[in-house]
Amino acid sequence: MTAGRPDQLTSPVAAAAAPDPPAGAGRMTGPAAAGGAAGTTGAAGIARAGWLTGFGEAAHAEWTKLRTLSGTAWLLAVAVVLTVAGGAVTTAVVKCSTACSADPVKNSLTGVMLGQAAVAVLAVMLLTGEYSSGMIRTTLAAMPRRTAMLAAKASVLTAVVAVTGVVAVLGSLLASQHFAAENGFTAAHGFLPVTLAHGPVVRAAAGSVLYFGLVALLSLGIATAVRESAVAITAVLGLLYVLPIIGGLMLSPHWERRFDRYSPMSAGLAIQATRNLGKLPIGPWEGLGVLACWAAVSLLAGWALLRLRDA
Amino acid sequence: MTTTTVTPYRSGRTPGRDGFAQLLRAEWTKFRTVRGWLIALAAAAVMAALATVAIAGAGNGTQNPGAGNPGATGPNGEAVTDQFEFAHQPLAGNGSLTVAVTSLTGKVPAPSRGGFPPDLLAAIRPGPQPWTKAGIIIKASLKPGSAYAAVMVTGSHGVRMQDNYTQDIAGQGGSPSAAAPAWLRLTRSGDTVTGYDSADGSHWTRIGTATLTGLPSTAQAGMFAASPSVDLTTQGFASNDGTQLSTLGTGTFTHVARLGDWPASSWSASQVGSNGPAKSAVSCGPQCSRLAPAPNQAGVHVSGGTYTVAGSGDIAPYVPILDPLGLSFKGTLVGLIAVIALAALFITTEFRRGMIRTTFAASPRRGRVLAAKAMVIGTVTFVAGLAGAAVALVLAVHKLSTTGWVTSVFPAWSLLSSHGLQMVVGTAGLFALTAILAVAAGATMRRSAGAIAAVIGVMIVPLILGTLLPMGPAQWLLRLTPAAAFSVQSGTQSYAQVSHACLPYNGCYPLSPWHGFAVLAIWAVAALAGAIFVLRRRDA
Repeated sequence: MTAGRPDQLTSPVAAAAAPDPPAGAGRMTGPAAAGGAAGTTGAAGIARAGWLTGFGEAAHAEWTKLRTLSGTAWLLAVAVVLTVAGGAVTTAVVKCSTACSADPVKNSLTGVMLGQAAVAVLAVMLLTGEYSSGMIRTTLAAMPRRTAMLAAKASVLTAVVAVTGVVAVLGSLLASQHFAAENGFTAAHGFLPVTLAHGPVVRAAAGSVLYFGLVALLSLGIATAVRESAVAITAVLGLLYVLPIIGGLMLSPHWERRFDRYSPMSAGLAIQATRNLGKLPIGPWEGLGVLACWAAVSLLAGWALLRLRDA
Repeated sequence: MTTTTVTPYRSGRTPGRDGFAQLLRAEWTKFRTVRGWLIALAAAAVMAALATVAIAGAGNGTQNPGAGNPGATGPNGEAVTDQFEFAHQPLAGNGSLTVAVTSLTGKVPAPSRGGFPPDLLAAIRPGPQPWTKAGIIIKASLKPGSAYAAVMVTGSHGVRMQDNYTQDIAGQGGSPSAAAPAWLRLTRSGDTVTGYDSADGSHWTRIGTATLTGLPSTAQAGMFAASPSVDLTTQGFASNDGTQLSTLGTGTFTHVARLGDWPASSWSASQVGSNGPAKSAVSCGPQCSRLAPAPNQAGVHVSGGTYTVAGSGDIAPYVPILDPLGLSFKGTLVGLIAVIALAALFITTEFRRGMIRTTFAASPRRGRVLAAKAMVIGTVTFVAGLAGAAVALVLAVHKLSTTGWVTSVFPAWSLLSSHGLQMVVGTAGLFALTAILAVAAGATMRRSAGAIAAVIGVMIVPLILGTLLPMGPAQWLLRLTPAAAFSVQSGTQSYAQVSHACLPYNGCYPLSPWHGFAVLAIWAVAALAGAIFVLRRRDA
């Protein structure tokens, strides 16, 4: 009669964890254990091995979880649609006669600013979803090395987001080519065509893919640190969107420049510039470096808290 | 064998009522018993005030190019523009002046320096500008900012009577021509000046009466012409540019008739306000601030009984291009995102914890449950927004006035002035409606992360795009999205009789404050209706 008791809800954890601790070394390497992710890494192996032990299995498990959630495909599709549509609409409305100092490549990648919100939601949900459903206890029972677990999540997330980013960025460039030429951004006016045949365009496109990946890692780090999806997504979108707005409100050019240089979004999107690089508040690669620092700090904080706390 | 009927247990207590008041009480209890939510609510108010003050204190008014003072102060202490060409005589005591305006023409000089985008130049209307004005005026003195009353013909707003810079009343007539001149008359009696217009010079219609307190017994009266500058502004991906082009308006007057005591024998011509400080350029970063050269063709010409007066400038309230108080007030955004998260959580937590099933079991009418939720979260966020915005206004005004901003650029609104109330109550309403939008999004999506991202996407992202995109699309974005409601935070008063460049980068919104607010209200109501529809069709 214990089946209905609330504490039985934790039984999957017990079941998943059970085979490991009492198992002998001979059984661990046996074919019987190879079927389940939980059985492949034993207690003895954990004691001796490095911090990334079991990374491959963990990555495989994370990939399975991510792929089988219904929200994943949805969010990635939303990210692609927002990115492509944002770029196409922006290129369609910016005409060379009113804004000839504009940068057609940067304009065609404006949608990244919108698409990143879906990427951030995906990254946040990847972690906080497990906390809200209690799945995290199963995950950690099966993969007690938290560093490896976080590294596996980060790798799978980055890979998925990078693939999505490539699709979104190429889609944006393709969708914008026509409008850019129609609106006067032509070779006759001294503009590069919006194709991947030129170095600065390649930098902007590849950099935008990297930008997506770094935003995902930033979101994952924050989510790991706070564990609550509402708090995490608010913090991420606050950092990305509100900091640049506050910078634009600043009544002193000095402060405005500081915000432009060090906000994750303003700095990171500097990678999309292909013209007038000297006038940018921060250079393309330096800007992406600033975003990388934000992502690294948030991941480190998340990792430290993950190791220190109970799940 | 005996059968006993077991009576089912019935509580002796009377059943509770399930009115809307009980629902509100239940939702309020749910809200107030979660300590984290109360802390988040208080934090939203505190962060809103802190961010506003931080922005207000970051700049220095004396160094900002957009902070230029027009140099004239009107009779009620407000900053005014008072620059026009004036053919005048003293009028001693009571009397009247009547003229027929036979034409109003205008001229926009071709800019001498290049770099003006051709389609922007093409968009400037040739001839008189909408508020190019020529007419008759009775003015306390030639000093800029002195009291006046005037009737005039305008470029496209017909005959107007205006007095003391802020008052503006429409008359009957339209555009004048030689065949159908516009007849104008001003009559002074003590401190009151009455304006009339007529289509034929014999049948007169009173437009309005102005009381000019302390009008000296000898005032200056005569014919004037003025034409405000045209703002040419572009915006787009860090290439904002702003330019003002001076324009010239020319009025032709005939049938000039004076009644009363006019001691001078001839008309004098003065350029009122011509020695004032230079006009301010649009503030838009380091790469702009060009002032087009003014064509110096203003003057007064008399030939027979026909007077021609040509002038540039305006007689109107001064509307600053930069709005430091409004920009600072947008710091409340920091509190607003906390409100979005809180309001979304208020419903998504119920889905996550399964509490929603209890809620719907207790009150099966789901629409009413959601309405009660929206009302509770709207009320608490309104109160928090009110407190945060009130503190923010008082502190920001204090901060701006101690960092060199002159009150002509930022009127130091007190908390209880009508504009101060508009900013504070408007911000509180902005918080409340945004919270309702977030509750509706939360009920529809059932996941906090998605709901919060969606609300931030429609509410806050347009603010970023609005400062990046070219003017046209940027303004449409700020008209149609819920972000239009940020217009209630505008710190400057706008006047229908002054057209000026409305650059989102400088804190200007295309819709008037309460129209923008209404856009957000429509979004909130539509989202709530959609959420109720979805909630009733789905399983909980």
